[in-house]
Amino acid sequence: MIPANFDYESPRTLSEALDMLASREDAKILAGGHSLLPAMKLRLAQPSMLVDIGRIGGLAYIRESGDQILIGAMTTHADVAASKLLLRSSPLLAMTATQIGDTQVRNRGTIGGSLAQAHPSADYPAAVLALDAELVVHSRKGERVIPATKFFTGMFSTQLHNDEILTEIRIPRTPGEGVAYKKFHHPASGYAVVGIAVRVKMSGGKIDSAAVGITGVSDIAYRATKVENALRGKPAAAIADAATHAADGAEVLGDYYASTEYRQHLAVVITRRALDQAAGAKR
Amino acid sequence: MKKNVTISVNGIDQRASVEPRLLLVHFLREVAGLTGTHIGCETSLCGACTVLLDGRAVKSCTVLAVQADGRKVTTVEGLADGDKLHPIQEGFWEEHGLQCGFCTPGMIMCSHDLLEHHPSPSDSEIREGINGNLCRCTGYQHIVAAVRNASRKMSKRATARAGAR
Repeated sequence: MIPANFDYESPRTLSEALDMLASREDAKILAGGHSLLPAMKLRLAQPSMLVDIGRIGGLAYIRESGDQILIGAMTTHADVAASKLLLRSSPLLAMTATQIGDTQVRNRGTIGGSLAQAHPSADYPAAVLALDAELVVHSRKGERVIPATKFFTGMFSTQLHNDEILTEIRIPRTPGEGVAYKKFHHPASGYAVVGIAVRVKMSGGKIDSAAVGITGVSDIAYRATKVENALRGKPAAAIADAATHAADGAEVLGDYYASTEYRQHLAVVITRRALDQAAGAKR
Repeated sequence: MKKNVTISVNGIDQRASVEPRLLLVHFLREVAGLTGTHIGCETSLCGACTVLLDGRAVKSCTVLAVQADGRKVTTVEGLADGDKLHPIQEGFWEEHGLQCGFCTPGMIMCSHDLLEHHPSPSDSEIREGINGNLCRCTGYQHIVAAVRNASRKMSKRATARAGAR
């Protein structure tokens, strides 16, 4: 399978890339290519131009800045998974990256590419939602920062405009918090049938606050605010009841592998397991 | 519009003018003439086309040749040292890590990435490491044994080398 022909540009700077992107209406950004190239082979996408941002220096990094950790959009899943800084200061994203695809996919796929693609069963969306991450995007007009909670607008759609490039993901440190990413893999594709990213802050045996990001369940990743509210101020024993709200208000997807009912059930079970793990609860 | 690319394949520069849509796996097979890298599913699921790009395992059906311009690719043909097989190849030979052999080049290249990062993986780490490679003969037990064999050999040789210094 070979994609339809296209023009290929490989700019060396972000501003060149932004100019190229703005020069053609159906131009697409090529990052790791692990969503776009398969889509192009199947003619699900047929851009007339690819702007490869893989040769722009300084888009792949993980570094600290004040209270935040900054991750360049071209950072591969493998590098996120192996980052000592993340594992030490904010491990949720690294735990999530470890569970994406397989070795080869993690070596090529990028965090920016995955978030911009907004696949309804991708793993990262759950984690960036739970982390209240900020996504930095650039266009020729300048920079804007979009909260992760506003970034995803639907299946394969985000707040990104055609002339914008996602350049950086900013996440908080999570010292003293329990975090977990639990996933029910689709056995063939490796995508999340259900993926649950959680953060739990405990004190004195009670849950101060919890954040629950859910992917795979609906056409758009979401925060399970009902679960979060049901946990506030409660002991870890409240997790099982709270988790039953995991899919409340969500339009649950159903397909030949996982029916709506089954997926909803999985959402509850996996949410409970993720929260148990993060809260250090034994059951 | 065609693009000129130079890709170092197993240490030899391969220059060609290619369409941007040419996949790296086709470049390797048709331009470089190295057919050890197999084409299985072409949808980045089966891993038969796995090669090393700058030392990391990638599925060459999901990389454009133009993306590999100026980079280093290692294929299964680049592992042996003359007639002396690479320890991973020896492992597959000794443990019968193949039946039809179709998945073998990809399995070997992916195992290379695994052993580079985890010189002594457990069986479950081996299985996780080659999770992106499918064996259509379902001969996974022998493949895991082959990687285990290679890991032992490589550790032993590394220890021997360190001792000789």
